[in-house]
Amino acid sequence: MGTKKLWVIAFTFLLVLFLSISVYAQTKVIKIGAIYPLTGNLATTGLDCKRGVEMAVAIINGKYDLSLPLAKTEGLPNLGGAKIEIIFADSKGDPKNGMAEAERLVTQEKVVAVIGAYQSAVTKTASQATERLKIPYVCSDSTSPTLTERGFKYFFRAECTDTIFAKNQFEFLEDIKKKTKSKIDSVALLYENTEWGANVGKEEQKYAKEFKYKVVADIPYSQNATDVSSEAGVLIKNKPDVLLHASYITDAILYTKTFNELGFSPKGFVTMAGYLEPGYLATVKADGNNMIVRSTFALDLSKRKPLVAQVNDLYKKKYGMEMSGNAARSFTAPFVVAEAINRAKSTDAEAVTKALMATNISGDQIINPWKGIKFDPQTHQNIYATGILVQIQNEQYNTIWPFDMASRDVVWPFPGWKK
Amino acid sequence: MTDQLVQQIVNGLLIGFIYSLIAIGLTLIWGVMNIVNFAHGDFLMLGMFTSFWLYTLYGVDPLFSIPVCAALLFILGLLIYRYIVSKVMKGPMLAQLVVTFGVSIFLANLAVFLWSPDFRLIEKPLLHGTWDIGEIKLSIPKFVATIGSIVVSVFVFLFLKRTKTGKAILATEMDREAALLMGINTERINSISFALGSALVGIAGAFLSTYYYIYPQVGGTFGLIAFCVVALGGFGSIEGAFIAGIIVGLAQTLGGFFIDPAYKFAIVFLIYLITVWIKPEGLLGW
Repeated sequence: MGTKKLWVIAFTFLLVLFLSISVYAQTKVIKIGAIYPLTGNLATTGLDCKRGVEMAVAIINGKYDLSLPLAKTEGLPNLGGAKIEIIFADSKGDPKNGMAEAERLVTQEKVVAVIGAYQSAVTKTASQATERLKIPYVCSDSTSPTLTERGFKYFFRAECTDTIFAKNQFEFLEDIKKKTKSKIDSVALLYENTEWGANVGKEEQKYAKEFKYKVVADIPYSQNATDVSSEAGVLIKNKPDVLLHASYITDAILYTKTFNELGFSPKGFVTMAGYLEPGYLATVKADGNNMIVRSTFALDLSKRKPLVAQVNDLYKKKYGMEMSGNAARSFTAPFVVAEAINRAKSTDAEAVTKALMATNISGDQIINPWKGIKFDPQTHQNIYATGILVQIQNEQYNTIWPFDMASRDVVWPFPGWKK
Repeated sequence: MTDQLVQQIVNGLLIGFIYSLIAIGLTLIWGVMNIVNFAHGDFLMLGMFTSFWLYTLYGVDPLFSIPVCAALLFILGLLIYRYIVSKVMKGPMLAQLVVTFGVSIFLANLAVFLWSPDFRLIEKPLLHGTWDIGEIKLSIPKFVATIGSIVVSVFVFLFLKRTKTGKAILATEMDREAALLMGINTERINSISFALGSALVGIAGAFLSTYYYIYPQVGGTFGLIAFCVVALGGFGSIEGAFIAGIIVGLAQTLGGFFIDPAYKFAIVFLIYLITVWIKPEGLLGW
């Protein structure tokens, strides 16, 4: 044999080896894209969501004695123990970036599904991109109702919608009236003016009419404000019995400080999202006490659901802090996707979408307070999703509603600000 | 109703004077060098963080860390001018525009890297709480910041009108070539103005840190308003920026209260549009 032939053999050998490695790698790792606001005003929130996703992936890829889907096996058993790899992308909190990143994830990173976005406005544009590219998108952290009203084929949502949350808020007011004999006739609506907040406002208007409450003020505002005393002034002037506030984190902090400073104290603050962030309570401390926040997660749910405590222990070990509501919400999507891929026995987008349509995860397999996850065949909204209300008491979130799930009694009416 | 009217005027003044102080530094730099410092808001953020860390690590109240903030930002301004801005002053216009933008992105992300994107608040500053004057509530830290802002602005004004260096800055602002011919070292004036502008926003940061929350992106929010204030007051005009800051503060709170909070920024920009329509150079620009 000449040197030339030897070279050819060696080269062929190397080529085969190289190809087999890449084929091997392809079956062993399944890439899923995750879009979150990792920099910008919502960076703390994005980080929180990212941790929730990472925790979920650690459980899917590892072996844990938990009732979560795919926890007891390493990786996805139907795909030869394939591991999930998350490719994180930064939306910077901007819908334009979210869309561009979704395209990049699909076309360049070749992800088989996309999760996340947190902000409804970003989820909206990012899922437009995945819909066009025919890639499944599973969302467990955006709540704007319009997201599942678009008739998209590849978009699924496990999380509650604001329609349900808005209704929950008024059901809570009805319950509180019965329980405490508190007189509640009027509400004020305060909400940030992007996709999510504006929709919350719309839903709240609708339910206020249905439940016969007078809306004495309806105030949309821009999230990046330096001063909100005029908004607070309008609220003080109109004296609502209850304030319904839909905010992200910076505005939640600013409003809390301004309300305290100007002495705005209605009978109750019923709030959303921003008030649930670890950054909120860490910043305002005791000023956050008595705020009521809508949630789909609270650590004290573990009294009824031991899984919550088990996951929180793992989370605490990994990150040195308790799991927040946002981390818990983002935690759910990777399981939904991985479970569907495992059932589909394939990473093909059409097969995975078909499997998602047949998803039926029971309540004991999730940390959320739902009966389970099953998508509506038309809208792809989880038909079992419901909300709970938590209240900050002694700088901790406690479930207070529905009353039969409560771990503490609600403090009502608002006792006033501590100077 | 009258109570709320007075309350809103008070709130407008309290935030307006802070806008003034932030904008004065920006307009000074613009006036002398014809360069827009996009990193101005991030300098504010650095001032706030300086004050925060002095408080957290050494227990220095933000009120006493004002000189430190001013000195640190003065030095930072000098360095950034010497090693970055002065290099591109000779280059094309576009490079001048982009360079401070680059500094801005760098500083904001450096802050995220060093201190995480978390929100922080100085918990128990010496100044806290509110005075109740009848039905009117006056936030003590905001009130002190307002007084501080006025005092500092007056000092800057006197410095520019009375001292030799100050007069040289004003001369450079009016006509660079003529100033050069009169024997003014305009390069030195440039660096002094840039550093002085940075020091002023550092002081604003220290005041702001007594009541506002601190995070790496805080500069963007205030920076945007500072640009609006400078444009309204007239590019390069100290007095203009001072008055425009108060106008913007009042327009925001009163406009928001009487018309609709959703339109408060629209009202601010409407005032700006009307001003430049009647007087394109801004209120006191020339």
